Amino acid sequence: MDSSLFQYPVSRRRVLQLGMFSAAGLMLSDWFTLKASAAVNPLAKAKSVIQVWLWGGPCHLDTFDPKPDAGYDYCGKFDKPIETNVKGIRICQMLPRLGQMADKYSLLRGMTHGNNAHEVASYMVMTGTKPVDGVVNPSVGAVVSFKKGYGAGYNGLVPPYVALTKPQGRFSEAGFLGSKYQPFSTGGDPAKIPFAVEGVVAEGITDARQQSRRTLLGNLDTFARSMEGNPLISQMDKNKQDAYSLILGEAKKTFDLSKESEELKTAYGKTTFGQSCLQARKLVEAGVPFVTINAPGWDTHKKHFEVMAQKLPELDRGLSTLLQDLSDRGLLDSTIVWCGGEFGRTPKIDWDAPWSGGRGHYGKAFSHLVAGGGFKGGQVVGVTSSRGEEVIKRPVYPWDLAASIYELMGIDPNGTLPTPDGKTAFFNSLADSKVKVESGGLLREIM
Amino acid sequence: MKRLATVVLFFVVSVLSCGAETAVPQNRIDQLVFAKQSETGFPPSELCSDAIFIRRVYLDVIGTLPTSKEVREFLASKIPDKRRLLIDYVLERDEFADYWALKWCDLLRVKSEFPSNLWPNAVQTYQYWILNALRQNMPYDQFVRALLTTSGSNFRDPPVNFYRPFQERTPRNILDTTALVFMGVRLGNSGWSEEQMLGMDAFFAKVAYKKTDEWKEEVVYSDPDKQMLNPATKELVVPVPLGGKPIKLGADDDPRAAFADWLTSPENPWFSKAIVNRIWFWLMGRGIINEADDIRPDNPPWSPELLAYLEKELVEGKYDLKHIYRLILNSSTYQLSSIPTPQNSADQAGFSHYRVRRLDAEVLIDAICQITGTGEEYSSAIPEPFTFIPASQRTILLADGSIKSPFLEMFGRPGRDTSLESDRNNGVSVFQTLHILNSSHIQKKIMKGPGLRKLLTLSPTPRERVNLLYLVILSRTPTQEEQKIALDYIASADQVDNGSYDLAWALINTSEFSLKH
Repeated sequence: MDSSLFQYPVSRRRVLQLGMFSAAGLMLSDWFTLKASAAVNPLAKAKSVIQVWLWGGPCHLDTFDPKPDAGYDYCGKFDKPIETNVKGIRICQMLPRLGQMADKYSLLRGMTHGNNAHEVASYMVMTGTKPVDGVVNPSVGAVVSFKKGYGAGYNGLVPPYVALTKPQGRFSEAGFLGSKYQPFSTGGDPAKIPFAVEGVVAEGITDARQQSRRTLLGNLDTFARSMEGNPLISQMDKNKQDAYSLILGEAKKTFDLSKESEELKTAYGKTTFGQSCLQARKLVEAGVPFVTINAPGWDTHKKHFEVMAQKLPELDRGLSTLLQDLSDRGLLDSTIVWCGGEFGRTPKIDWDAPWSGGRGHYGKAFSHLVAGGGFKGGQVVGVTSSRGEEVIKRPVYPWDLAASIYELMGIDPNGTLPTPDGKTAFFNSLADSKVKVESGGLLREIM
Repeated sequence: MKRLATVVLFFVVSVLSCGAETAVPQNRIDQLVFAKQSETGFPPSELCSDAIFIRRVYLDVIGTLPTSKEVREFLASKIPDKRRLLIDYVLERDEFADYWALKWCDLLRVKSEFPSNLWPNAVQTYQYWILNALRQNMPYDQFVRALLTTSGSNFRDPPVNFYRPFQERTPRNILDTTALVFMGVRLGNSGWSEEQMLGMDAFFAKVAYKKTDEWKEEVVYSDPDKQMLNPATKELVVPVPLGGKPIKLGADDDPRAAFADWLTSPENPWFSKAIVNRIWFWLMGRGIINEADDIRPDNPPWSPELLAYLEKELVEGKYDLKHIYRLILNSSTYQLSSIPTPQNSADQAGFSHYRVRRLDAEVLIDAICQITGTGEEYSSAIPEPFTFIPASQRTILLADGSIKSPFLEMFGRPGRDTSLESDRNNGVSVFQTLHILNSSHIQKKIMKGPGLRKLLTLSPTPRERVNLLYLVILSRTPTQEEQKIALDYIASADQVDNGSYDLAWALINTSEFSLKH
């Protein structure tokens, strides 16, 4: 097929005018677009993704989709949103630094999937698939690790999928791809010096002692010598050599934050979150294709506003400095920054005890932020109702977002991956005609 | 010439003193296996030594490293059939049930959260029921019947949870798991026609669920009013067992009972085959039919006679699974050395030498904890109800697949997502190596845990330390050469204790430690 003929067979605007459409019906148009563009990937600009995962579900009203006219029962004390440097876009008053750089990112205010359970919602947003029986899909990070990691052009010593600092925890990120594609969780705390990355940086063991231990181990591996030629043993030997190149070699420097300027570290914020953002930039700089920052604490059932008063300034510092730093280093064009959680929070505030001003889970409408790697800045995709209770224009489903990220990464979202039973499976619900999903289409308007 | 003879003699003696013996048939398994091996041209390796045997049988059967005391006693014993006695002993240890409950919880997808969504209370009671069934050595047919036919509350009638870990609770999804777990058949590979599958689906057509007033309680029951229609013809589908005739049931009959009757009957061609093949796979690292959960006509067994013999033993032994374990463990086939001979080194599929493989994630961390006298801290992400797990509890007893740790993830513990044996990944990776070599997690256990500190206090001389560290970590005594290397290292270290800790660290990092061999 001459792909250029099918590049954009349907006007994006027309699809948008139709609003929400189902996979069974109008999907055909997007299907063609998807099929055609996947073959050439004219859009693929991104080399890496930094996913800032706000675990627990941050409130859309109090971050990227403020509703100051909804009244106190919806806004609480955050009722004075700030104008950003892009005319017409306002965000929460607690995010002034991000407000100064709205031209660098776009806001997805139409995020929706309708599920209010952490584990199912996390699964949908992190994998870009709707749950079906018999298969657990890999997260976007695991797919990128498969498609862009070892054996696919990446040769770095640092693993291709890194989680700062802990794994996600509510489902297995690798899904059916198996533990080889799990993220490498660093452990430790990047806000401490040294950042004790599990396995890479051991406190209190000098390089000299590492060397003498290594010699001792080599001399005592009697069993391995008796099994020479066994493929498992040979692999383990090779793994030891590779491990030592990490421990004693260059790769260790990727995790060394001590050489970064004090000014920059302060700008990021000297917290675990802030320094994780800095570390993520260093990893991307070293070529790592997918980094997830698992930032907990957004599940604000109780005392929501007190918690947000702590968390928002930290997010504002870390994320804005990350975008600026990537931009200053010329990395933003090739790095997707993707920030959001598994859902939003109930727009109406529960003022009564025991919640004392809390917000529950809300999967019907929420917001994500995307920047870089081919995503345009200064745009808003989707509109929610006057109280942020539902998406009234341009919904974005998790599979729409994931497929868009795949495209920018040069990964065909219509492709398949091998499953443990020797077959193949789709990894995005838009591609799988057996799975019925609603869709708002890919994020073409900002790609 | 005389000198050469002396050298040869010394070589032979030193090999024999390690306990190497030529394998002779011990039971019917060996007769069948050795006959097949002479056909394929891969003669068996020698028998493994006693030291290797005790470590192997502990790790394979109870997922537990033997203590130095157990190793010493076993090695010192002069009882001629001490291996048989040791097998009987491990089969009676509590850890037998602990370890196999772990495997059954993998197969039955026991986890609180996505995609099983059993919820913590149900996970705890379900795992406890499985554990007790194994402790009491419940006959396998009864165990499966209980899982298939129980009705009641997920909190109070634990086996009903068999019907719960599905995102969509359709008869087809239930059939899919039932066929995989109890028949070793992957529906997608089975070659069964849609009509055959519909007939099998119908056994689960009346399975129904209802909520109660208790938070997250759910009752599983058989609803006489529920029916299944053929989606093509819109006709009522009646239960038809595979290769059998339609089963006539009264309006109030629970078709699940009829299914259990059919499945667990001695004539059923899948039931016994699937479980004996699984046990063989669990102990030998490869199924007679391989993979162990992919039974189909075009995947023939390595030896049909061997499989048939084990099936017959299971049925005649009234579905006593320990009987099958005992037969396999007592065979010379199981007790072969892992070191191949020049004649059998090319053998991939034929059991001519023991297959080396990495310790399961849970077993590995338990072994490190045992050596270092430390525990692991686990906690559930679900706040209510709060799941408390004492640090002293072993990881093999961790009931909930949703409770994770970076270590367990890294070492391929199954996600409990598919019921496939391959859900567990015992492969090796650089990150595993890094973690044991250099993580603060393992370093802390070695350097700060009470286990090794106590050992060093109790054995003041370097020679005693070296011997004891070998026994505790590798379940054997060091060779002379190893002892010399270790003693030289300790002597050259800036402090004797540092040298000893480094030795412990090195032994834990050998492939001998992290592999079953």
